[in-house]
Amino acid sequence: MNLDVSNVKKSFGGVKALDKCSLSVEQGKITAIIGPNGSGKTTLFNVISRLLPVDTGKLVFGTEEITLLDDYQVSRLGISRTFQDVRLFENLTIRDHIEIALLNTDESLLKSMFRPQRVVVKRVKEILSLVGLNKPLSTFATDLSYGQRKLLDLAIAIAKPHSLLMLDEPVAGVNPVLRERIKEIIKTLHKRGETILVIEHDMNFVMDLAQHIIVMDAGSVIAQGKPRDIQNNKQVLDAYLGE
Amino acid sequence: MNPYITNLLILIAIYIILAVSLNLALGYTGLLNLGHIAFFGIGAYASTLLTQAGVPFIASFIIAGAISSIFGFLLVYATKKLRGDYLALATLGFNFVIYSLMLNWKSLTRGAAGIPGIVKPSFFGFTIQSNISYLIFVSVICIFCIYLMYLIVRSPFGRLMQATRDDEFGLRVLGKNTSVIKYKVMIISSFFAGIAGSLFVHYITYVQPNYFTLTEIILVLTIVIVGGIASLKGTIIGTFVIVLVPELLRFLPLGSSVLGPARQIVYALILLGILLYRPRGLFGRADLQ
Repeated sequence: MNLDVSNVKKSFGGVKALDKCSLSVEQGKITAIIGPNGSGKTTLFNVISRLLPVDTGKLVFGTEEITLLDDYQVSRLGISRTFQDVRLFENLTIRDHIEIALLNTDESLLKSMFRPQRVVVKRVKEILSLVGLNKPLSTFATDLSYGQRKLLDLAIAIAKPHSLLMLDEPVAGVNPVLRERIKEIIKTLHKRGETILVIEHDMNFVMDLAQHIIVMDAGSVIAQGKPRDIQNNKQVLDAYLGE
Repeated sequence: MNPYITNLLILIAIYIILAVSLNLALGYTGLLNLGHIAFFGIGAYASTLLTQAGVPFIASFIIAGAISSIFGFLLVYATKKLRGDYLALATLGFNFVIYSLMLNWKSLTRGAAGIPGIVKPSFFGFTIQSNISYLIFVSVICIFCIYLMYLIVRSPFGRLMQATRDDEFGLRVLGKNTSVIKYKVMIISSFFAGIAGSLFVHYITYVQPNYFTLTEIILVLTIVIVGGIASLKGTIIGTFVIVLVPELLRFLPLGSSVLGPARQIVYALILLGILLYRPRGLFGRADLQ
C-alpha cells in the first residue's frame, strides 16, 4: 500500500522537527530516508506510526486517512516498524516476542485461558530462520547480544502482519558481517513484493539497497530521486557538508 | 488442630488471594496500584451488607467481587493516562477516599463502630461454623483462585500483560490496545480482592474501616515484593513468610504495647533485607519499576 505524507508539521516547543514535510512511499519499492542528525527522520517515523501526534498535515495509508488514529489502530492497518534503540520485552522469550507479533489483534481473555496453546512454533522458526537468529526459542531478550537484539527486533517487525515495513537505522552499531546479512534480509523481503521504508546513515548500504531516496534537512524534504541522482545533488551535499 | 494455627492458616489463605491478585496488576502488568486494599474493603462491606439484607452468602460473595471489579474498572479508567509514581499516588488517593466513605457514610457502614454479627457462610443448607470447616472452605476457594490466576498468567493474554509491563508503547506499535489489557487486568485483580474481603469478614464476623488502612496496603505490598514480582509461587511463599515470621514475636517476653510496633519493625527489616540483597524478591521475574 502507498503511504502519503502531506504538509506535516511537528514542533517540540520552539523546535520545528517537521516543517511542511511531504513525501510518498510507493508500493513494492525500497524507499530510503537520509539526512543529517536532527533532520526529523525518526520524528517522521514516530508521526507515521502515531506515537506522536501531528500539529498539522495529513497522513494517508492506502485509502485510509490515519492522521487521527491511535498508534495501535495504525499498526493494525498494516504498518510495522523497528526502532533506532531496540525495544524488546525484557522478561519475555524470543518465542513470546514473535507469537505476540504474529497476532494482529488483542488476545481474548477467556479463549486464551482455556484453549490449548496455538501451534505456531513452525511459523516462529521460519521467521527466525529468515533473519538468521539461531538461538533457542526460550532465550530471554535480556540474554541476547546487541546484534541479536537487532535481529529479533527485525524478526518481530516481519512477523507482524503488515503491508509497509518501516526500519529505523537497521544496521546502526552492528558489525560488517551482520550489516551484510541485514541487507540480504531486506533484499529478500523486497523480492517477495514488500514495501519498505528505511532510515539509514550508512550511504553505501542505502545506495546499494534503495530504489528511491528521500533527503530530509531541518524537518523538510529537500530532494528525492534515484540513488544516482541524489549522489550528485548539490543541495544534498550542502546539507551534509554544511556549505 | 491448634485453634491458633487454624486461625493463622485461614488468614494466610485469604492474604494469598489478596496478594496474588495484587501481583496480577502490579507484578505482571506493571500497574503500580496502591489502592488494592480498597477493593478488599469494598468486597468486605458489600458482602456484609448484602448478607444482612438477606441475600444468600454465595450470591453475596460473587456480587462482592463484581462490585469491587466495577470500582477497579472505574479506577483504571480514571487513571488511564497515569503511569509509575503518578499512578501510585492516584491509587493511594483512591484508597483514602474509600476509607473515608467507610468511616463517614454512617447510615450504611455504621462508621468507626463497624458492623458486628456478620453471618458465617452457609450454602445448600450447610453453615460453616467451626474454624476447621472454614479453613477447608477458604483453602478450596484459595486453590481455585490461584488456579484461575495461573491460567491467566500462563495464557497468551498473560504474555500480553507482561509485555505491557515491559514496554507499553512497544506493544502498542504491534497493534495491541494496552488500555483494554489494563482494564481487564484491573477488573480481574479487584474481583479477587473483593472476594478475599468477603472471606475475611465472614470469618471474623465483624467489619470496621480500620481493617483497610495504609498499614494493610504496606503489608500486602511487602508480601508481593518479598515473594517476587510476577511470581505466583513467590507470592504464596511470601505470604507465609510475612504472616508467620512476626508471629514468632509472640514467643518472646514482650508486652502487648511493644508487640504491635515490633511487628512493623520486622516487616520493615524483611523488606529492607529483600530490597538490598534480592531486589527481585525471593522468586521475582521482573524489576519493580
